[in-house]
Amino acid sequence: MSTDNPTTAADGTDTEPDPDFDAGELQALRERVAELEASLAEADVDDDQKKMTIVATKGSFDMAYPPLILASTAAAFGWDVVVFHTFWGLDILHEEKSRDLQLSAVGNPNMPLPNSIAALPGMDRMATRMMAKKIDENGTATIEELIDLSLEQGVDLQACQMTVDLLGYDEDDLYDDVTVGVGAATALQHMAESDVQLLV
Amino acid sequence: MSSDYQTAETLDVTGQSCPIPVVKTKQAIDDLEAGDVLEVVATDSGSVSDIQGWADGTAGVELLEQVEGDDRYTHYVTKTEE
Repeated sequence: MSTDNPTTAADGTDTEPDPDFDAGELQALRERVAELEASLAEADVDDDQKKMTIVATKGSFDMAYPPLILASTAAAFGWDVVVFHTFWGLDILHEEKSRDLQLSAVGNPNMPLPNSIAALPGMDRMATRMMAKKIDENGTATIEELIDLSLEQGVDLQACQMTVDLLGYDEDDLYDDVTVGVGAATALQHMAESDVQLLV
Repeated sequence: MSSDYQTAETLDVTGQSCPIPVVKTKQAIDDLEAGDVLEVVATDSGSVSDIQGWADGTAGVELLEQVEGDDRYTHYVTKTEE
């Protein structure tokens, strides 16, 4: 072992043509290179499609909008979009509840009301009604319309299974085409592959 | 307001705001053939920047022109490939 001289051995064998290297082997290598180049080109094509993952955690009337607007717009760009709905964000996917999401009048400094008044019964409902009216007058889409547009365009709206169980919802209560039976690991997997990841 | 384009279809999104002009434009373009021109009529002032951004970031479409006037924003988008 002590007689080994790595430098000489490497120089002596690697630079000279190998007499055992036959044509068949060379052909096989060429085919393998062509195969790898083809699969690389395919991978490049896949990479052209941007991916986005949004985690929607809020179920108030105002907070339902940003994830849905971004998701439907990204889908119009041809992106692969997942919105993972967890905790109160799941209410956005609940067909009945999504039509009755409420705006909180309390703790919202943009409300023209002191908190002591905003906390009175019925104030959230009133604030929501005012906002819904503004949204209608402005020609802003409803939450339901944005959900339909997102689904039509292939956005993957996912319902966190843990939250479905926690809130005691039935899968039938959710919009058709919503993905169920998924958890944090599924969301993380898509996030890791995404160009854009947002927590709303 | 008239344009020289032979438009295959006109999409009316007047009175509608973000993200509807972009999303509906994309859906209308999907139904057209390569080479067709889509005319999009909007009242949302944000649609000028949004449709530009969308066309820049989307393969197979090209924004030909945007005409502003009378509180209307008219966009001409062509489908360059299937």
